[in-house]
Amino acid sequence: MRFETKEALAAVPAVRAVGVEKTFGKRAKAVGALSGIDLEIAAGEFVSLIGPSGCGKSTLMRLLADLDQPTAGTVEIYGRTPRQARLGQEYGIAFQQAGLLPWRTVVQNIALPLELHGVSYAERAERAQRLAEMVGLADFMDRPPDQLSGGMQQRVAIARALAEQPRLLLMDEPFGALDEMTRERMQGELARIVGQSGAAVVFVTHSIPEAVFLSDRVVVMSPRPGRITAVVDTPFGRDRPETLREEPAFFAKVTEVREALHGVPVERANER
Amino acid sequence: MTLQQAERGTGTAALRIVAPVVVGVLLVALWWLLSANQGRTALIPTPPMVWTELVERGDVVLKATWITAFNALVGLGIGTVLGIALAGLAAWLRVLDWMAAPVVAAIAVVPIVALTPIFNTMFGASSQYGRQLIAGIAAFVPVFINVLRGLRQARPVQRDLFAALAASGGQTFRRLTLPTALPYLFTGLTMASSLAVISALVAEYFGGPSNGLGTAIATYAKSGKTALAWAHVAAAIAVGLVFFLVTALIERIVTRRIPI
Amino acid sequence: MRRALPWILGALGVVAVAALWELYKWLGPADGVVLGATAGQAGSGFRILPRTGDLNMPHVWDMFERLAAGNGPGTPPLWLSVLAAMGVTLGCAALGLALGLVVGFALALLMQRSRIVEWGVLPWVIVSQTVPLIAFAPIIARIGSQIDRGGFPWPGWLSVAVIASYLAFFPVAVGALRGLRSPDAIHVDLLRSYGAGYGQTLRKLRLPASVPYLLPALRLAAASAVVGAVVAEVSIGMPGGLGRMIIQFAQSASADPALPYGPVFGAVVVGLLAAGSVALLGLVLRNYRRGEAVA
Repeated sequence: MRFETKEALAAVPAVRAVGVEKTFGKRAKAVGALSGIDLEIAAGEFVSLIGPSGCGKSTLMRLLADLDQPTAGTVEIYGRTPRQARLGQEYGIAFQQAGLLPWRTVVQNIALPLELHGVSYAERAERAQRLAEMVGLADFMDRPPDQLSGGMQQRVAIARALAEQPRLLLMDEPFGALDEMTRERMQGELARIVGQSGAAVVFVTHSIPEAVFLSDRVVVMSPRPGRITAVVDTPFGRDRPETLREEPAFFAKVTEVREALHGVPVERANER
Repeated sequence: MTLQQAERGTGTAALRIVAPVVVGVLLVALWWLLSANQGRTALIPTPPMVWTELVERGDVVLKATWITAFNALVGLGIGTVLGIALAGLAAWLRVLDWMAAPVVAAIAVVPIVALTPIFNTMFGASSQYGRQLIAGIAAFVPVFINVLRGLRQARPVQRDLFAALAASGGQTFRRLTLPTALPYLFTGLTMASSLAVISALVAEYFGGPSNGLGTAIATYAKSGKTALAWAHVAAAIAVGLVFFLVTALIERIVTRRIPI
Repeated sequence: MRRALPWILGALGVVAVAALWELYKWLGPADGVVLGATAGQAGSGFRILPRTGDLNMPHVWDMFERLAAGNGPGTPPLWLSVLAAMGVTLGCAALGLALGLVVGFALALLMQRSRIVEWGVLPWVIVSQTVPLIAFAPIIARIGSQIDRGGFPWPGWLSVAVIASYLAFFPVAVGALRGLRSPDAIHVDLLRSYGAGYGQTLRKLRLPASVPYLLPALRLAAASAVVGAVVAEVSIGMPGGLGRMIIQFAQSASADPALPYGPVFGAVVVGLLAAGSVALLGLVLRNYRRGEAVA
């Protein structure tokens, strides 16, 4: 693990979910979206949630973000309730759609959370500038979103998620709508950006290679009801060069996650 | 959804009916409250006073109602036929669309009823035709705009499909253009029906024969017979509602029948 | 050239209407087209096309010439009095629009805030549009004069503005409600994730997002306010505005057939001005009309 230092171990976990249940609908035809979810994510750890459609991975992320409330069980973000964490801006969030406000320029979009929390104009401008540089959009600061490509829009969304320097990043298939080439480039950039910020990440995805390439741990989920069926460690260290995608160890992990997804029993040497 | 939300879900259907009824009752109560403790020449008569007038002078009210409703109906007919015909032409000939666009946009924002005196001199002051034409022009605008939009609504991929199937022009029109345009026609018609009633009624304030609901409301309000004036207002409300509901009903029936 | 083309064709459209008028006046039968007339009986039957005499259909150029002339020696030209009347009507319409805007927007905010309010109020708002609310005009005027007599000054133009606001509030209420509801779930979630309250969400998200819905609603409301103002002036008999002028001039049309066209043109211009200022506002707010590009 990349953060198994003494202080990290002593620290409060970024996410702790215990016995989380979530059902939708009326009692008679209630649909179990999540069942018996126990999950702990350390500070600075990158964890992917992967599984087929309807396995509740997005629902789980919405519970962490306090955009929905669990039916049962408890969720803690850095030892606080999700509501406290939301109001205290402990996390930044990014969705599958960039969700930029079309009437704001790139800079104004990045600065939106700062603006909402009363950060002064000068500081906003300075921080947004730095974030735009970080995601490589310094030349597009004053463009409206509709003049950006999909990948650029998603980079703005990531910069916006990082604007408050959160200790936790929640990302719901942020690259899901991008083409494969853009997607791989964005993964590399995300790995670099997250490395710089040191935030813990919960990353929802459909893509096995994406999960393996980015994560310290891949949490495999299955539907009806949504539950965690396996956890795969992917300890490739902090720096992840593009060449990692072609290494046998990488393929081995991809295979392991795939077999976990399809329910084939595999031997997990490093099961936690 | 939480348990509470689930329970709220079952109560939703009932609430959707109860809420407007409650507001309606509140409105009537407010009316009653405003009209209380006033004499027979009160500005705001009580609901029973209006009701009495409706019953006792029913023939007078009915006659005025019929004149205005008929004017609105004729106007709606003229406007619909003209609107469909011109929209068809404009969809077919782009140049015509460009020429018509500013004229229609102008008609849409201009107080058409102001033309009534002019129509009255053109067609004779004793004729209802001026009022019917006013209602017709008012009804024309939404029909034209919506039908034209509807005729352009078929998507390129659908047109490509029909082309790939080697469909004839007539087949494409009947199976694609017309079914896509029809809901738009009825949207326009629903808007037009309200406009036709309002215009026919309001045109009566601008001269012409001294009959109809608008004339009656103005006359009785000025001469202090407020209860009778309100009875005519109630009739005007009924006419407006009937026109709206009938077009809305036709819309439902026709759009359900269309197989796509 | 390409940008000028729509304007040229539009002008052609206006010219075509005038040409049609003159063409019919030239070629049409003197007594118009009458359906179902009894032979030898004047005034019977149903005239569907107008008479073509100068009394009934003055020449287009006569209408404009009349605008330049006064109502007698030493009086100001007609266009000047029309302009003054336009000012009065425009003022009433603007006040009515402002009132309608406030009421309509307040209703929309309430309905957006609470589903129950929406369910209770929206049907009545829609009903209010299908019923000819303007029918109340004479009664509003009576109530106004009663209040005036009661010691609280209530000038005629206030009644006119109130009636105009009746017509103007509906499109605003419906358009604003749709606009305030228009933000995607993802945007609402995003603001929630920032811990933004109702006021902040309204200011930063719902209001800007509602601009594309508000502008067409506003255009409709502005046009309705003008119609309402003209009609109200007529029905309550307020002097000074276009509505009253049209009625007065129509009465002397038999002696001076081109006269009533002056204030009618004035009404047309006022309607266009109202719609034009909304279009101008749209230009100012064009940043808020961008659709989000598909990612």
